[in-house]
Amino acid sequence: MNEILVTEHLHKEYEGMTVLEDINLTVKKGEVVVIVGPSGCGKSTFLRCLNGLETIQDGRVLLDNEVINPGRKNLTKVREKIGMVFQSYELFPHKTILQNVTLAPIKVQKRDKAEAQKEALALLARIGLEGKKDSYPRQLSGGQKQRVAIVRALMMHPEILLFDEVTAALDPEMVREVLEVILALAKEGRTMVIVTHEMAFARAVADRIIFLDGGQIIEEAAPDAFFTHPQTGRAKKFLESFSYEKK
Amino acid sequence: MDINVLLEYLPLYGEAFLLTLRIGWLGILLSFFIGVACAFILYFRIPILRTIVKAYIELFRNTPLLVQLFFLYFGLPKLGFHISALSCGVLGLGLLGGSYMTEALRSGLEAVEPMQIQSALALSMNKRQIFAHIILPQAIASSMPPILANVIFLLKETSVFSAISLMDLMFTAKDLIGLYYKTTECLFLLVVFYILMLLPVSVLGSILEKKVRYAGFGE
Repeated sequence: MNEILVTEHLHKEYEGMTVLEDINLTVKKGEVVVIVGPSGCGKSTFLRCLNGLETIQDGRVLLDNEVINPGRKNLTKVREKIGMVFQSYELFPHKTILQNVTLAPIKVQKRDKAEAQKEALALLARIGLEGKKDSYPRQLSGGQKQRVAIVRALMMHPEILLFDEVTAALDPEMVREVLEVILALAKEGRTMVIVTHEMAFARAVADRIIFLDGGQIIEEAAPDAFFTHPQTGRAKKFLESFSYEKK
Repeated sequence: MDINVLLEYLPLYGEAFLLTLRIGWLGILLSFFIGVACAFILYFRIPILRTIVKAYIELFRNTPLLVQLFFLYFGLPKLGFHISALSCGVLGLGLLGGSYMTEALRSGLEAVEPMQIQSALALSMNKRQIFAHIILPQAIASSMPPILANVIFLLKETSVFSAISLMDLMFTAKDLIGLYYKTTECLFLLVVFYILMLLPVSVLGSILEKKVRYAGFGE
């Protein structure tokens, strides 16, 4: 029983429309869960429910047995344990790279500035960007920005990392540099929930694949099983949309 | 124009210049703090205070500074508040400027991308931290052009302070003209000193503007 994150009967509505319906998911420590599915199926919304960026109408989300609920006082405390990386990077444009990654550790976790900077530089060195520490986000390429965003999330020492289509806004040649960072994190045994459209990456990084469609979990399987023998028609159709044939 | 007259009046203008500058900058500083506080109230839609702020803005944007100064200088003592001409000038300028600064900052606050706030939330920052470290700096950067326009406008508005017998540039010029009728020299010095005060602001302002403009971070 080393579950980190559990959702129970999660139900999300938006303006009277059901967006997510009865989602039950358990993520164990060290597990990499990849969520795939067609656009608009609710993947990103689901991810945002996990750290309370979205309200839910029914069910609950538990992190280490603590309920995550927007509006509750403990929300910022629980959020410290959840790192999130966004599609559009969302680095802070008015801060340097070093300031971007150390802001929350210093201000939120009240860590020593010198110690936080030391850790930040070590992490930036790992992704080959220590030379950019005094640059501003706009001086970096998309791939570099996204790698910095990953470091920024790691700096909080989260128990679980959420990735929301982190390569969707990137030029193809930059996708790999970001995905390799995530693969390395998976190897370290980090717990992660990843939403992605990169099927080859999903297969490589996942311990488990969740196929979401129409706001419901349609299929849940090991990656090889899912990609070679999808059980449902909808999953089959979805996977077919990624392959091309000349007719 | 008599160069000797100019030289003779120079120290008087110098003093008036320093006084004007002092009132001007204190007033602008005050207006900035008022602006941040009021913009904060409007941005977070804080009930009751929000209505008060709106009324304040309309009141001060739709009455001339001269009238506001008269009210503060002659009206407040009648209500039992005694303040010096200097604090009256600073307060008047601060209140007028505050209403303009509020509007400038409010538009800047609203221009901050909602996703920036979400990303700060995901870093478990609280509302106060997000406002201080994420929203406000970006809002000030994008509000820089109207803020600078307000600064220049407010410095120029100091010319009405003579009405409450503050010995500012305008007062000095009028006083000297009244005493010695050296109209040309006095007005010439007046223009020179106002330009001396405002030109550096304009120049430094546009440099600052380029430096902090949203898209320009890091240039």
